[in-house]
Amino acid sequence: MKRILLVFLLIALLSVDVVSAQSTPFKVAIVLPSTITDLSWSQSMYEGLQAVQKAMGGESAMEIAYTENMFDVTAAEQAMRDYADEGYNLIIAHGTQYGAQMFSVAADYPSISFAWGTATDVGEAQGLKNVFAYQADAEQGAYVEGVIAAMLTKSGTIGIVAPIPAGDALLYNNGFEQGVIATKPDANILLAYTGGFGMTTEATQIAQTQIAAGADVLTGSSQQVVGAIDAIQTARGYWFGTQYDQSGQWPNTVVVSEAYDWVPSLTDMIKSIQGGTLGGTVYTLTLENKGLTFAYGKVELSDAIKAAADQATADIISGKIVVKQDLAEVTPEPALNSTPETTPEATASS
Amino acid sequence: MNFGEVLTQALPLTFLFASPFLFAALGEVFVQRSGVLNLGVEGMMLMGAFCAIYVVAPHGLNQSPLVGLLAAALVGGLMGLAMAVVSVTLQAEQGISGIGFTLFGTGLSSLLFRLLAGGVISAGDHAFQSIKVPVLSGLPIIGNIFSQQNILVYIAFALVPILTWVLNRTRWGLQIRAVGQNPAAADSMGVNVVAVRYATVIFGGVMAGIAGASLSIAATPIFQENMTAGAGFIAVALVYFGAWSPFRVMLGALLFSVANNLQIWAQILNVQIGGAAINSNLLIMVPYILTIAVLVFARQRKRVEPAALTRPFQRGEN
Repeated sequence: MKRILLVFLLIALLSVDVVSAQSTPFKVAIVLPSTITDLSWSQSMYEGLQAVQKAMGGESAMEIAYTENMFDVTAAEQAMRDYADEGYNLIIAHGTQYGAQMFSVAADYPSISFAWGTATDVGEAQGLKNVFAYQADAEQGAYVEGVIAAMLTKSGTIGIVAPIPAGDALLYNNGFEQGVIATKPDANILLAYTGGFGMTTEATQIAQTQIAAGADVLTGSSQQVVGAIDAIQTARGYWFGTQYDQSGQWPNTVVVSEAYDWVPSLTDMIKSIQGGTLGGTVYTLTLENKGLTFAYGKVELSDAIKAAADQATADIISGKIVVKQDLAEVTPEPALNSTPETTPEATASS
Repeated sequence: MNFGEVLTQALPLTFLFASPFLFAALGEVFVQRSGVLNLGVEGMMLMGAFCAIYVVAPHGLNQSPLVGLLAAALVGGLMGLAMAVVSVTLQAEQGISGIGFTLFGTGLSSLLFRLLAGGVISAGDHAFQSIKVPVLSGLPIIGNIFSQQNILVYIAFALVPILTWVLNRTRWGLQIRAVGQNPAAADSMGVNVVAVRYATVIFGGVMAGIAGASLSIAATPIFQENMTAGAGFIAVALVYFGAWSPFRVMLGALLFSVANNLQIWAQILNVQIGGAAINSNLLIMVPYILTIAVLVFARQRKRVEPAALTRPFQRGEN
């Protein structure tokens, strides 16, 4: 009996050896704040990874492991350490909130690559050479959407169903507001935060309140907005999406979504790692590099609106329009002390 | 907009979004009155929410909302039955096992959502539609409340007097209260403690399932993973808040809901104090702070708390 077991063990060991010798797939692990079906932030990145996997030749060439709903950053660190111990080549922390944890793991595993976003810090200050950062200039596409929204609204009232005032959600809101105000200076923008990313019911309630207050066009970011889109559909208004193409479910309500295309960034990142450079690059999705794209639904848009959208896009790419990431740089009036950067005199004196 | 206009618009949404809390909390009142703490409400709501919308959605089984509601009630009831087996028969620690049911319901609803729906599903035309009540809907300010609610909102509020009557005026209600206060005494009087607790925990599950349906096929009406985002736990808190009385639980649900709706209005109207906008994070906290504050000041709470709450019953031991 023992001998038979020994033989089995030997065969098992041999077969493992043979398999690992045949192919060593590139192994990517990702820690996500929400789910891969969130129609926004996490799904855009997960599907980006899947597209890269397909381009590389399927699961034999690239493995993807993921952990969802990592609200707890300490648990996220544990997940990253587990992935590092299991020998993953690239570990992605898909959220600004994971920064401190990711840096501590990256310092302990210098031979493994790490990436995180929304961020621009690649850990140079800590002497790290194995960290990539990525971000989306969400305000650029948002501006164009704001232009279209301002031209579509009949009531002149537009609602923003926002998660928290931080990260790319804030960039998106700020860009959207600038686009609206540039096109329709007297537009009334109703902004409310839910205080989280997964507050589906709260987001629905905010949308219904904005509709009650006269809004006929809504926008918003993160996975919680699905109920809000449904609410504006019922009210026969329009929705503007971001992070992922949200028109699939509501083609006649979602006018356009600013979709994130992570594929070029991820492809370059993996190429860089395979070439021996484990970090140091900041990837930014912009309209110019086509990391930000527009996914249109089935809403009929007039030629004037299409032309205005194309013009705004071209102007942002050419630099004629500079969309500010911080609204304080755009509207100095409401602030108690006007921001010094906006007036040439102040700039000269500083 | 002046305050009157805001209130006219805010009141209907206050009642609409109070209804899921009310369903879940009214069920939990009965559960706790019989001496069982069910912290699995959240999971049961999620399962109810998913099953209801999957039954009615065009991409699901494409049935009428009533069938969806029954499915939610059935699933909630089954989870209630399982909770009763664990907490009443097997006498497991109720707080922990309840959390277990919440985790189970959260996970299973997400799994089923992915396997069966594959992505966000909308109830579409099969959601419960708004009903306009004649005469009442013509009243000033409050008239709006009666012009855009779905049937589940009316049922939730109609249940308050009905369940108060059941609890205080019927034989079954007396048995529930007796089992919750002194199960040994109730047992010696010939009350079947186990049967009463099974009945209330299953009833609590049914109500939690309906609470989920009142979101997914009525108020929201969509399903997204973990869409309740803690509503089940707020419902449990409302039971303490309302001192185990259906009427006070209703007041608590309305207070929480109106505070939440008014903070949304404060945000979208950019209400300012002393020339500066109020930080949105502070506004979002208002309903929660209000709930905690009332809990702290509601002193008579201790006197009415069911004496046998969370204590399993073992004949001859209590």
